[in-house]
Amino acid sequence: MSNDNPTFVPTMLQDAVNWAQKYSLFTYPFATACCAMEFMSTMGARYDIARFGAEFPRFSPRQADLLIVIGTITERQAPILRRVYDQMPDPKWVMAFGVCASTGGFYQNYTVTPGADQVIPVDVYVPGCPPRPEQVLDGLMALQNRIQEHRGHVQAELGNTAAIGYRDRRHLPVLSDGTSMTLGPDERMPKDGRVR
Amino acid sequence: MAQRVLDILQQRVPDAIIEAGSYVGDEMALVERDQLLSVLTLLRDDPELDFSMLTDLTVVDWLELSPRFEVIYQLYSVRLKHRVRIKVGVDEARPEVPTATSLWFAAAWAEREAWDLYGVRFTGHPDLRRILMYDEFKGHPLRKDYPQNARQPLIRRPDAPSTDDQTTRLLANSHDRRTE
Repeated sequence: MSNDNPTFVPTMLQDAVNWAQKYSLFTYPFATACCAMEFMSTMGARYDIARFGAEFPRFSPRQADLLIVIGTITERQAPILRRVYDQMPDPKWVMAFGVCASTGGFYQNYTVTPGADQVIPVDVYVPGCPPRPEQVLDGLMALQNRIQEHRGHVQAELGNTAAIGYRDRRHLPVLSDGTSMTLGPDERMPKDGRVR
Repeated sequence: MAQRVLDILQQRVPDAIIEAGSYVGDEMALVERDQLLSVLTLLRDDPELDFSMLTDLTVVDWLELSPRFEVIYQLYSVRLKHRVRIKVGVDEARPEVPTATSLWFAAAWAEREAWDLYGVRFTGHPDLRRILMYDEFKGHPLRKDYPQNARQPLIRRPDAPSTDDQTTRLLANSHDRRTE
């Protein structure tokens, strides 16, 4: 250490913090579909994600720093995923597990969101339908390298500064053509009616 | 096996039956919409028929045909162990069918699903709301002229490319496709 390099100690400290973070990822599995089976396999003894320090799933997003989006995200579920992401404390990372979470996969239709990155920023995309556990571990190691290098979100690195915000269509009363997104009053039946 | 069911229907309500037949062991009867409820009531209450259970209620969109929609009731008799399929044609101009919730409680959610996805209205239904899609959704996605690429997201990141204009255009043009 010399006096003409005053950033040396903070840099070493940051490296140590990054090292600690990358080997104690607390995961929140947002499991919505069949990929969850492969996630269980990854968690299990044979592939053993504990070797990489990420073995402890937290079932509250407030205690997690790695959100793993496992499976198909529907348009109806997208606001829930966004809320889960918003509840996680910084620093936080997101892994898209499988093609459905990455791009929507083969669901090119009215009901599936074409990728979790339409709603939240994603750091690592793991392809596969479902991905092999080795692929998941590979993706985790790629994320750990990213954390060690202190590079932050992929989206931020791409210059995507708006990655944090979102808008909620439910607050929009009308579409651009002037029509309402909600059912008209004549299309709703009284909610207090009961069958029989 | 359920040919006997069709025979009874032909005897009791001959005016209501447009067509009756059997295909690979499934008995089917196409009935007049005006007499649908009386036929269903007969099917449920007659001791020789005794269809105590509505297995499923679905819709088929034939798009080019008239009437465009067919509402299909799959019935099963728990006691007599026979099945029958009742169909009723529904126009595109007035897609309405009387509700079967007064006969089978199971029809309540099935009719909500049929309304949600096909836009067939069940008159007299006590709570006809969408059941699978969200309230903000526009149109009925399983209709054959619902545009495949239309997206109606609830939320998007502000930097995501908007699909609003494309979706609005697709939805506006969707009803012209049949005349092409």
